[in-house]
Amino acid sequence: MAEKRRTIIPIGPYHPLQEEPEFYKLFVEGERIVDIDVRIGYNHRGIEKLAESKHYDQIVYLIERICGICSTSHPIAYVQAVEDIMGDIEIPERALYIRSIIGELERVHSHLLWLGLAGHFLGYNTVFMWAWKYREPVLDIFEVISGNRNHYAMLKPGGVRRDIDDDAIPGIIKILDDLIPVLDMFKGAVLDDPVLAARLKGVGILSKKDIVEYSALGPVARASGIEIDVRKDEPYAAYDRVKWNVITQQEGDVFAKAVVRILETYESISIIKQCLQKMPKGPIDAELKDIPPGEGIGHHEAPRGETFHYVRSDGTNSPVRHKVRAPTFMNFPTFKASVIGERVADATIILAAIDPCYCCTERMSVIDRKSGKQLLAGEQLIKLSQERTKEIARKMGRS
Amino acid sequence: MKALLKSPWVFHLSTGSCNNCDIEILDCLTPRFDIERFGMLLVGSARHADVLLVTGIMTRQSAPAAKRVYEQMAKPCVVVAIGSCSLGQGIFKGSYNAPIPVDEVLPVDAYIPGCPPKPEAMIAGVVKLIQKLQGAK
Ligand code: SF4
Repeated sequence: MAEKRRTIIPIGPYHPLQEEPEFYKLFVEGERIVDIDVRIGYNHRGIEKLAESKHYDQIVYLIERICGICSTSHPIAYVQAVEDIMGDIEIPERALYIRSIIGELERVHSHLLWLGLAGHFLGYNTVFMWAWKYREPVLDIFEVISGNRNHYAMLKPGGVRRDIDDDAIPGIIKILDDLIPVLDMFKGAVLDDPVLAARLKGVGILSKKDIVEYSALGPVARASGIEIDVRKDEPYAAYDRVKWNVITQQEGDVFAKAVVRILETYESISIIKQCLQKMPKGPIDAELKDIPPGEGIGHHEAPRGETFHYVRSDGTNSPVRHKVRAPTFMNFPTFKASVIGERVADATIILAAIDPCYCCTERMSVIDRKSGKQLLAGEQLIKLSQERTKEIARKMGRS
Repeated sequence: MKALLKSPWVFHLSTGSCNNCDIEILDCLTPRFDIERFGMLLVGSARHADVLLVTGIMTRQSAPAAKRVYEQMAKPCVVVAIGSCSLGQGIFKGSYNAPIPVDEVLPVDAYIPGCPPKPEAMIAGVVKLIQKLQGAK
């Protein structure tokens, strides 16, 4: 048989390159990747189901913990979904500005984190150390505003939970101003570096068509020249009250994605500064009372793309359905388009280029491989899963 | 045990966390906290590690994998559970996908609470553990 030899390279589930457990199978012929298979689910925590057992106010804490990096993007989308159920309520202006500030601060720290990890994946650990070092001051801002470095618990349906102290604002602006030269340095050091350019340019290209076909989102789409950004397309919070630009690049390769992220960080800093200066005085909470029956949606442009939440209420204290769609869920399948045909050594950086966040994406459905039909509906799955849990608990000697 | 106290190498195992504890662990390595000064090093394989840092709620799918990783480690070794999730499943308590808490799958020696614990807290926790082991040797 003249069949070419195929080798399977497993990555994971516990692999030093990834902080989160997931399992890739790369099928390679020689140096070239011919197919990829991804197995996730190590991180599935059943959050949507848990949300049905919690109060509307408690859910904020729960969904914040969907993901530690974009921990405010889920609450922003969720509170908007709840407010959507309420219909025409007026959210205080100051609360809207604070939401934007928190959302953008998160983007700054998230993009710096990505830059560091990307450097680490490339074996460029200096970038890793630098980016994470300069990310610390942003976390300090969070600590000043919310009292915690991550998981800020700032949002609640109807407003925000904490105000930003006027005395703290000059300090915050100073930290942000100090970040600008750092970003300039990154732009110079990373983007003008010939080695990095050789490594990243023309690698893992996603064409406009790929993006549309896979419905990719966020910086991944913007790096391929598609100008989508929920903040602009359907403004919420205070994004229509400040001036900023959507950053796009045309090439669609890993390099373009890095450029988009670095340039976006500048925009974010400018948004935060404008918000801090324009923020009106006043209340920060609309004090919602009962949530009427109905359904609502909310979205937010998270650092990785659009986060979408759907909430259905039956008039009680907890929702009857809470659906989360995280951006990585949409960006994940683009691997098929970007990885195949590339070299094994480039696989990790291509995988990293969409800034995947597995904790956001973990969900389950059982599919018959041959026909592609979905075999089990959600209800059955949950039941099966609960039975399995019981069974394992029993096996391990707990009941 | 004595060798373990000089420069403990750590391996990090996420068993269904929100990622934040994991990032804070990595944060310990970066310039502001820089635990490598004390000889602690994050290694890529459990076989090289003296300390296993566990985060997350131990989901159904990761429990067998976590056990495997622990079995691969050279003994004696130390297991540290980091974050509310791995202490008592935190906010995810009652999830259908988390049948057993971390400390019933792995023999945990130290618990570091917080959601996520600050890097300072993690360093303090590991230092306390080392002091305790020194007392015990
Ligand atoms: S303890 Fe908190 S920060 Fe750590 S993994 Fe769990 S939810 Fe995330």
